Amino acid sequence: MTDTAIWTMIAGLAVATYLIRFSFIGLLAGRRLPAVVTEALSFVPVTVLPAIIAPMVLLGRDGHLVADPQRLAAAAAALGVGIATRRMLAAIITGMAAYILLGQTGL
Amino acid sequence: MRRPDQDRVTPSRRGLLAGAWASLPVLLAVAPFGLIFGTLATEAGFDLLQTMTFTTMVVAGASQLAALQLLSDGAPALLAVLTGAVVNLRMAMYSAAIAVHWQGLGMAWRIPAAFFLHDQAFALSIARYRARPDERVADRAGYFFGIGITTVTVWIACSWLGAEIGARIPPGWGLGFAAPVCFIAVVAPMIRGTANVVAALVSAVLAVVLAGLPGGTGLIVATAGGIAAGMATARHIARKLRVVLEAAE
Repeated sequence: MTDTAIWTMIAGLAVATYLIRFSFIGLLAGRRLPAVVTEALSFVPVTVLPAIIAPMVLLGRDGHLVADPQRLAAAAAALGVGIATRRMLAAIITGMAAYILLGQTGL
Repeated sequence: MRRPDQDRVTPSRRGLLAGAWASLPVLLAVAPFGLIFGTLATEAGFDLLQTMTFTTMVVAGASQLAALQLLSDGAPALLAVLTGAVVNLRMAMYSAAIAVHWQGLGMAWRIPAAFFLHDQAFALSIARYRARPDERVADRAGYFFGIGITTVTVWIACSWLGAEIGARIPPGWGLGFAAPVCFIAVVAPMIRGTANVVAALVSAVLAVVLAGLPGGTGLIVATAGGIAAGMATARHIARKLRVVLEAAE
C-alpha cells in the first residue's frame, strides 16, 4: 500500500461520493429518478454490505471456506442483536464482545 | 421553469438549532463508528494526515471501511474507489428524495448541503419533513444543516481520537474483526421484509462463490444479483397480493 495509492483512493472516493450526494440536490435539481431506479437503489445497502461481510466471515486467508467458530459466533451475535434491537451500537458492542471473549477462551 | 440558482431561500437559525438538538441521540451511533474507523485506518498504516483527510472529505463510514479494507488487502486504488462508490450509491436515492423538500433553496446552500447528506441527516430530516408538511423551506434546510454540522463535527473528532488511540492499542484485541462487525451492525437494522432478506442472502452467497474473480468484480456482480433477486421477490409478492385481493372482491 503506497502513499500514492492511499492519496489516489482518498481523492477518488471523495469526488465520487460528493457527486453522488450532489446529484439530485444540484446537478439534476428538479428531476426525479425513474421508479425502477429508486427501487433498485433502495436495495443497494442490503446487498452491497452483505457482499462485503460474507467473504470476511466465511473465507480464510487462502480464499477457501473455513468455519472459524470465533468469527461465526461474533457475526451471528452482531446480526441477531442488530435485527432484534435495530440499534447499531448494541450490535457493535455485542459482536466485538463475543469476538474478544471467544478469543480469550481460545476457541 | 425555475432554476435552483435563481432561488434565494437560506436556512433559518431556528431550524438550525432544532436540528442540532434532534441530532444528539444519533451521536451515540456516529461516535463509536468514527472511533473504530480512526483506529482501523491507523492500524492499516495510514498516517494522521491521510486518516483525517479521508474521513473529512468522504464522511461515509461504511464506504471508508470498505475502501480501507480493499487497499490493505493489496487491491488497486481504483477498485477501492469503485467499491466505496457502490456502497455510497444509496445516497443518490437520498439526494433525489430530499431535493423535493428544498424547493427554492439557493445553490450557494445546496453545494455545502450535499457534503452533509449522510444516513443520519437524511433519516432524521425526512422524518421531520413528513411529520410537518407545512414547515417553511428555510426551517427545513436549517434543520438539515443543524444535524449535518453536529454529526460531522463529532464524526471528525472521533476519527481523530480513534487514530490517536489506534497507535496505542496492543494487537490481539480483536480489532481485525471490527470492520465486519461494524458492517453487520449497519446493515442488520435495515433488513426488513422478505424482499430485503432474499436480496441480502443472494448477494452474500454470490459474493462468497465469486470471491476468486479478479479485481473485486465478484462484489459488483454479487450486488447486482442481490438487487435483481430483491426486485423479483418484491414483484412476486405484489402479484400474489393482487391475486388474493381480487379473489376477495
